[in-house]
Amino acid sequence: MACEVLTQGFLFPNEIEVLWSLMIVLYPYITGLVAGAFIVSSLYHVFGRQELKPVAKFSLVAAFAFLMFACTPLLFHLGHPERAFNIMFTPHFYSAMSGFGYIYAFYLVLVLLEIWFVFRPDIIARAKSSTGALKALYWVLALGSMDDSEEALRIDHKITLVLAAVGIPSACTLHGYVGFLFGSLKSNPWWSTPLMPVIFLMSAIVSGIAILIVSYYVIMVIKKQPVDNTCLKSLYDFLWGFFIIDLTLELLNELTMIYAQSQSYPIIARLTGEKLLFSYEILQLAICSAVPLVVLGFVSLKSMSDTMRNRLGLICSALILIQVLAMRWNVVIGGQLFSKSLRGLTSYAPTFLGREGILVAFVLFAMPFVVMYLFNLILPLFENKGEEAQG
Amino acid sequence: MVTSRRDFLKQAGWTVLGGGLIAAFVELPAGRAHASAGGRTHLYAYVVDTHACIGCGKCVEACRAENRVPEDAYRTWIERYTVYADGTVDVDSPHGGEKGAAALGSKNIDRSFFVPKLCNHCKEPNCVQVCPVGATYVSREGVVLVDEKHCVGCGYCIQACPYGARFINLTNHVADKCTWCYHRVLKGLTPACVAVCPVGARQFGRVQDYHGPVGKLIKEARLQVLKPEMGNKPMVFYKGLDKEVR
Repeated sequence: MACEVLTQGFLFPNEIEVLWSLMIVLYPYITGLVAGAFIVSSLYHVFGRQELKPVAKFSLVAAFAFLMFACTPLLFHLGHPERAFNIMFTPHFYSAMSGFGYIYAFYLVLVLLEIWFVFRPDIIARAKSSTGALKALYWVLALGSMDDSEEALRIDHKITLVLAAVGIPSACTLHGYVGFLFGSLKSNPWWSTPLMPVIFLMSAIVSGIAILIVSYYVIMVIKKQPVDNTCLKSLYDFLWGFFIIDLTLELLNELTMIYAQSQSYPIIARLTGEKLLFSYEILQLAICSAVPLVVLGFVSLKSMSDTMRNRLGLICSALILIQVLAMRWNVVIGGQLFSKSLRGLTSYAPTFLGREGILVAFVLFAMPFVVMYLFNLILPLFENKGEEAQG
Repeated sequence: MVTSRRDFLKQAGWTVLGGGLIAAFVELPAGRAHASAGGRTHLYAYVVDTHACIGCGKCVEACRAENRVPEDAYRTWIERYTVYADGTVDVDSPHGGEKGAAALGSKNIDRSFFVPKLCNHCKEPNCVQVCPVGATYVSREGVVLVDEKHCVGCGYCIQACPYGARFINLTNHVADKCTWCYHRVLKGLTPACVAVCPVGARQFGRVQDYHGPVGKLIKEARLQVLKPEMGNKPMVFYKGLDKEVR
């Protein structure tokens, strides 16, 4: 039985306990990273941003790794995870949620296909240069197709282009859809806004770019390899641009609520001013939005040394990652902290242990990185300049 | 005849697309039957007389006993509204009003009254619309029910209900709510809460039975529903609903 929950004012008796927990905060967060990482890979594959080549493969695999674990928080939350596939076997198409299984599955197949085509030359090269069990493994990964002629690679490239192009609206659908799950609930004035899908989408893109910047930098430091400064500079520029749009939409949403002063506004004002004072006003807006907005502007527009740019860019990316996590928290948890009677507030603090606790959240968030590590053991996430030179 | 791979893929694509479209059109009417009021009969309605309710809590107690409602969860509850002379409003519902209400303070009171609440068994229920697996549905009689063997326990219906009428039952981990005592209604009985109400503040019956307690009220009295702006078209009607009630 849960411990006594601190409440203020009047709540309907079934509203005392917050239903959607930390796991439901993590779910849109991880899903957002997928969409963002995929967009970066598409900037290279579709829009030909050559400077992003160093992270093109990595971003695609990152999207896949996060996608693999995007659903797991939901499984930890469901009352009956063993019935999870009911959503695909007996979908109720009038429900916004019923499409998730199909959108997710479609996107997973698409990303997997694109990975296969992008990595096919690597797979064939490794199959040819290895022996024994490893050779067999790469032969299986190549699905027996060892043709790496110029013509075959040209077709591969064409297919990759199509997959990446289809992937962009798919990524947007996947995350816009997650926002729609919240935005379409008219019962909740904190969620119910047509801006919600767009805000979720934009924040997904910025979080995806930010996680790539941080991960790329950290991995290069671990591998003791130099970072590609042109690539990072381009990522900072994209990050700043998308963040401006994201933040503008978030502030517009807030401003509309303040200006409209609808029936629900008094409780919303108490929600943001009391319950979400730290996580929303201070963390999400004052620290993690204002600082990156200004500093990334300098990083993008002002000339400075690579070291200084990377330091500032890295700090801003980390802040934006926290900003988006805070945004997910404030939306998901915040929307459940006030009563639908609009007369009272409740509290929520995640437990450390337990099925939906902080420890599980950390493990689930770490798992995509484990997948990326394992992937890198089999196929190269980054072009190894030293290896190329030796080859 | 030899079919080329390109032709085969083309034909397969059209077959899948065509099949999908047919399946979608076959599915739609069934989906609509669940999701909207189209063609469905709403046989029953529930009327609450807020002037009559004395807040004794017998209804909440009877509901818990009849439906084995877990502790700290409520299929029905009673709210007490107290409007003070200075315009402030207090609302309370300790233990869902199951143990009655505490005495009011000495502050200058303009009016105080009780409002029983329960699932509104809406004609256009949000909860049914959002259930991703179709576990929440509307019965032939218009009663909103949950298939506890099919519900995945995602809680989307709970978020979608504007009235706070749903909860996760921690004994079977699925969504739970008032069924208007469907098992009793099918036997021609009234819901337990209606049966035990000592003052007749809760009434249940057929909408079309104009000589019955509910049909006559719906036809003649000026009744209101909770949160009409939501567009859910509740089938629980209130007599004497104060503007402070949400």
